[in-house]
Amino acid sequence: MTGSASRTIKVDTLARVEGEGSLYIKMAGERVADVKLKIFEPPRLFEAFLRDRHFSEAPDITARICGICPIAYQMSAIHAIERAMGVRIDPAVRLLRRLFYCGEWIESHALHVYMLHAPDFLGYQDVIEMARDHREVVEKALRLKKIGNHIVQLLGGREIHPISAAVGGFHRVPAKHQLREMVPDLEWALNASLEAVQWTSTLEFPIFEQEYEFVALRHPDEYPYNEGRLVSNRGLNIDAAEYEDHFQEVHVKHSNALQSVIRGRGSYFVGPLARFNLNYDKLPAVAQEAAAKVKLEPPVKNPFRSIIVRAVELVFACAEALRCIATYEPPPAARVETPNRAGSGQAITEAPRGILYHRYSLDENGLILSAKIIPPTSQNQRRIEDDLREYASHLVAWPLDEATWKCEQAIRNYDPCISCATHFLKLHIDRTEDPNV
Amino acid sequence: MSSEKTNHEPKSRAKKTSRPRVAVFKFASCDGCQLSLLDAEDELLAVVGAVEIAYFPEATRTMLKGPYDIGLVEGSIITHADAGRIQQIRHQCKSLITIGACATAGGIQALRNWKDVDEFIRVVYASPQFISTLKMSTPIAEHIPVDFELRGCPINKLQLVELISATLAGRKPNIPTYSVCIECKRKTNVCIAVARGIACLGPVTQAGCGALCPSYDRGCYGCYGPMETPNTASLTEQFRILGQSNDQIQRAFRGFNAWAWQFREASEECQRK
Repeated sequence: MTGSASRTIKVDTLARVEGEGSLYIKMAGERVADVKLKIFEPPRLFEAFLRDRHFSEAPDITARICGICPIAYQMSAIHAIERAMGVRIDPAVRLLRRLFYCGEWIESHALHVYMLHAPDFLGYQDVIEMARDHREVVEKALRLKKIGNHIVQLLGGREIHPISAAVGGFHRVPAKHQLREMVPDLEWALNASLEAVQWTSTLEFPIFEQEYEFVALRHPDEYPYNEGRLVSNRGLNIDAAEYEDHFQEVHVKHSNALQSVIRGRGSYFVGPLARFNLNYDKLPAVAQEAAAKVKLEPPVKNPFRSIIVRAVELVFACAEALRCIATYEPPPAARVETPNRAGSGQAITEAPRGILYHRYSLDENGLILSAKIIPPTSQNQRRIEDDLREYASHLVAWPLDEATWKCEQAIRNYDPCISCATHFLKLHIDRTEDPNV
Repeated sequence: MSSEKTNHEPKSRAKKTSRPRVAVFKFASCDGCQLSLLDAEDELLAVVGAVEIAYFPEATRTMLKGPYDIGLVEGSIITHADAGRIQQIRHQCKSLITIGACATAGGIQALRNWKDVDEFIRVVYASPQFISTLKMSTPIAEHIPVDFELRGCPINKLQLVELISATLAGRKPNIPTYSVCIECKRKTNVCIAVARGIACLGPVTQAGCGALCPSYDRGCYGCYGPMETPNTASLTEQFRILGQSNDQIQRAFRGFNAWAWQFREASEECQRK
């Protein structure tokens, strides 16, 4: 294929991502002429039908934006509404919310590291093929994922669209002994996560580094989940309330998802790599040591290495879950009263794949006047296109099918959740056409 | 097609297999119901051992052409392209099963069905002219004949495993159609509606969740859609006795299964009084 005047990389249906998208790359010689990450996930129009719903319904409704990270939606919705209404929560509720998020990170990262991303590195179409040669690894991954799901189930009633989180707290909080029963499993999970860091570090990584603007929450005392200021490695340092002053959503013709840019600067990078690079000092010693052992230190600028960073975050999430359980004392009430009150509030929380912004305005009857939701994948979408523009030019000499696969892998570096981004992808390299499109 | 051999050739998928071929298709949805299959951690390796996953883009790059023995369809129809695609898929699938509230009832996005969708698009998108979507969100069965509808928002993964097993064995699946109340009684929950006056959709909602919300001290919000022959008029009256306003009752019925006809009628009826 070397030296061909022009060629097109296209993937009609991107696999091993959540939701529907495609990729189109047009090459003119060694130059990348055009990159389009298309999101054809149909528009479901959440922000429109949230209007006139009661604030108490927002956590359950917005959870339905994404079956992979419903807790992120519940947490951003709840924190934004609590801010709008001036609700103060009990410290034990705050702790339970961190534990709840640990569960989602463990479940989501285990799924992505082993089942969605690792097959790319090892040359398998999927985890099912991978299981034929690496059954023990896959069985461990499934157990790890199940333990994350178990935390979510315990606090929320079920893994997908849990039902207990509420504005003001939870509908019901667990007893101390229920959490304590999870300790042996979590100790196993912590060990399995340490093995995951080791295992992912032995994979082969393309040589590809970029100068990114990483954006993540930063909290003075802890690795971020629900609180903190929004910071970047280029001097951004703002409160959630200032988000829309600094970021802008751009609507491009080829996508049903809106792309976010930092005003005046362009694309930016959210998710595990951003969090790790900006909050390394807040990781517990066990996670820092695991990273040091495989020579992973900030700043990590190779997005393919995000798979190791996710494994480090698995270590963090297991250790943090154990810490939460050890210190938990049930709150005096599962939730505080939240009488209707007019107001506006914003919140940013760290979904497994990056920051998720919510803003609500409420009237005096507690009904939603307006809602704004900016998912992590729409924030990463422009960055993914920028990566592909650069990376595709490295692949000029590669056979088309291998180049296509590499581009898909580059997209999966971001663990994109397309269902979220529309509330994002179609890759066009000619020979991988989906029979059902 | 290229005959080039690369290290990325499927390693064993090329082998012909006589196992039943399963395909998973997605329409407008959150991906949660198909994720249920990957969330069946204890059963997953057994299931994929018993069937051939021929098409499941969320999990695999392998995308084999039909026909398929079982097609699992998630999501509702909200674009012209999807309205056409579902017709093609029906022709490819021997047994077509819809999974989840979006596919069986239109999902939460069916709230547009009572509103002006163009106004909705203007609220969400800066350039509405780039967006193409239908005025209504409709369940799959409004477009094609469906062999089985598995309810839930999300579906219960054990019901999904039961349904796949039953379909493969050619027997009727054991999926109850009674109400959430029965599950509450079995769990010996004290009725939160009677004892504490909490508005609960349990009496008109199909079982399947294991009476989750009442077990967590909150009213059922109808994830599994209407049970067989629900008495929505009586429940509406009960909600009024509990002090719920017409708007509150309407919102209760207009949730994740809003366009299921029993809930649809109930939500329209309560405004007439």
